[in-house]
Amino acid sequence: MDFGLSDEQKLLDESLRRFLAERVPTTRVRELIETPDAHDAKAWGELAELGVAGCLIAEEHGGAGLTLLDAAVISTALGHAAAPTPFLGSAVLAPVLIADAGSDAQRKEWLPKLAAGKLRIGVAIAEQVERRDDAGVALDAGKLRGAALFAVDGVGADAYLVAAGDSLALVAKGVVGLTVEPMPTVDRTRRLAELRFDGATPSELLVSGADARAAIARALVAARVLLAADMLGCCDRSLAMSVDYAAQRKQFDRPIAQFQAVKHMCAEMAAAIEPARALVWYAAHAASEIPAEAPLLALHAKAHMAEVAMDVVRTATQVHGGIGFTDAYDLQLWFKRVSLARQLLGTPARLRANAAALQGL
Amino acid sequence: MDLSYGPEHAAFRRDLRAFLEANREQAPALRGGEITTLKDPKIRAWQKLLIEHGYAARTIPRAYGGGGFAPDPLISTILAEEFGRARVSSGVGGQGPDMFVPTLLEHGNEDQKQQWAAPTIRGELVWCQGYSEPGAGSDLASITTSGRAEGDTLVINGQKIWTSTAQFSDMMFGLIRTEPEAQKHAGISYVVIPMNTPGIDVRPLKTMTGAAEFNEVFFTDVRVPLANVIGKRGEGWKIANTTLRHERDMLGSAGTSDSLYQSLVRQLQDERVDGARAIDDPLVRDKLMALQAKAIAMKCHAMRLLTARVKGEPPGVAGLVTKLNGCQLNHDLAGLAIDAAGEAGALYRGGRRVRDGGRWQFTYMFQLGLIIGGGTAQVQKNIIAERGLGMPREPKA
Repeated sequence: MDFGLSDEQKLLDESLRRFLAERVPTTRVRELIETPDAHDAKAWGELAELGVAGCLIAEEHGGAGLTLLDAAVISTALGHAAAPTPFLGSAVLAPVLIADAGSDAQRKEWLPKLAAGKLRIGVAIAEQVERRDDAGVALDAGKLRGAALFAVDGVGADAYLVAAGDSLALVAKGVVGLTVEPMPTVDRTRRLAELRFDGATPSELLVSGADARAAIARALVAARVLLAADMLGCCDRSLAMSVDYAAQRKQFDRPIAQFQAVKHMCAEMAAAIEPARALVWYAAHAASEIPAEAPLLALHAKAHMAEVAMDVVRTATQVHGGIGFTDAYDLQLWFKRVSLARQLLGTPARLRANAAALQGL
Repeated sequence: MDLSYGPEHAAFRRDLRAFLEANREQAPALRGGEITTLKDPKIRAWQKLLIEHGYAARTIPRAYGGGGFAPDPLISTILAEEFGRARVSSGVGGQGPDMFVPTLLEHGNEDQKQQWAAPTIRGELVWCQGYSEPGAGSDLASITTSGRAEGDTLVINGQKIWTSTAQFSDMMFGLIRTEPEAQKHAGISYVVIPMNTPGIDVRPLKTMTGAAEFNEVFFTDVRVPLANVIGKRGEGWKIANTTLRHERDMLGSAGTSDSLYQSLVRQLQDERVDGARAIDDPLVRDKLMALQAKAIAMKCHAMRLLTARVKGEPPGVAGLVTKLNGCQLNHDLAGLAIDAAGEAGALYRGGRRVRDGGRWQFTYMFQLGLIIGGGTAQVQKNIIAERGLGMPREPKA
């Protein structure tokens, strides 16, 4: 029995943080978020060589074949760096869906390209969580019609995975009858898109029916746990910045870190973060090792981490005072990253309602 | 991460379940969800049975009356889960076994360990903690209760307050100023005081719950052997911090939150509002699920800390946040049960419509006391910020 990260996972964490600090510092993040798709193909290629793009892809398909807890370590590091990458769509949702719901041929065709970081797939499954506005895609006589909202990493993708009714369809970009419209959010480090289908023909169909629903459920477990892990990294960074800033900033002739009002805000952040960290690790571990508990834990991990993270980024801004409210200071990057992650693939209240129903309470 | 239940863990759980099923009639009643430390032959017999089976005092060395097993986070978790599930007392806990004994084993000499460890974990010696004084609360090191050495005897005068269970206790471990000339923190000794020593006057202190969970203890020329000092004279502050660390872990333990959560679910399923179950109210469900997530997080947190302890790794800031989170969580669990019961939530101590015998109001108030006691939430935050995050101390006025 050993609850915690292994030596290998700690090493992975360290090397990834070093890489990101060097290759994707916040100066680079700020450049990237001014581009249309916030994508650094070279950095993503290098991350692919480190096993990031293929972390959840089996070795036989060119991936690293890592566990979800390994992926959580990666996701935490990406959150810590506020790195704009297509991790959630192309390294998590798409690989899990294709591995689960694809044919052998489809796995052989798509997974190696994803693992190599050479293919970006936007994933449109938001309507499987809850339907907003007039959204909904139907597959009728081989043609897709309707709108899919909030497609993850939907801007600049080479192809799209779309849940259409009870089917999962892969659609190439630029196909006739598909319009991709960016959906700008508060967070510019991730890009969402609305996909509108007007008789577009999918290039591939994956499984449909109960198997598709099961694959989507498993992909949601992985994505929610890893969004929680990403928010954990945002929390770590925001707290560390707060503690550093409080030590440097002087008012009334002393560092503000000496004031209990400031210290207590930092202590509250730490006190909330640490148990949440253990929950995220456990949920990630369960997804690989304790499948019966995984769905409930994924709901709780994302809901709880989102509550904690929103509190942390708000409190961190408060500790910083006016400077924390400016665009020029980096803290706002994490505030906004958490602000989107909290809404993505289920708000805390939605996930808690699902958790109660799942337990038959 | 390796949480695999080896065959030995599966067997341990199976045996424990069978044991609890077969013996639950012999277990003492649970009091307000808390483990009772009161003297009662039934409690002692139950504790004896638990120790014999390795279900209590499991990691205390055999030489001192325990099971002598190596700490195993998974076993600890299984024990907490199964006792909670069965709603059966997990035996004698509290200040003696959970706080004094670990401190004694770390700092006591062999004579002291032989004398006090085994009877304490068997429930034969009930302990209270003599730390706080009327003038020494959060600023604990400013205690003034004095111990004057006379030959091989210490003569104690002064007063302690907030002393839980003193009225039922055989023994006190306390902080006494034995070196009046020394600097504030260096003048304190950690002393074991038999409560039947002449000159000790215990006066129960009734709290807002209506029960006397605390006492004032007065000392007038109380004579105890100098051999009752644990560690060296003047080292008491350092040793007390060991006990306080154990207290921070005990108050806010994940097992308490887990069993409170289970009871809360049952309460909300039984409670009817306009004919519907309280738990079907979406607002109640939302709050309940938020609390469940926290309770699970605290369980995971406990496993993480236990792993660090077994491996001898420093737990860092994570090791300082248990009490702050756990007591607040328990307080909130009780608060939801009260709110969901509407006006019935205010019923307390009597009347045929009172829910769970008034347990929830009791717990709500009692846990507020724990948020204050054992180092207030604000003192905890100072500790987290200063020791955990390396932030500077507030300059002395």
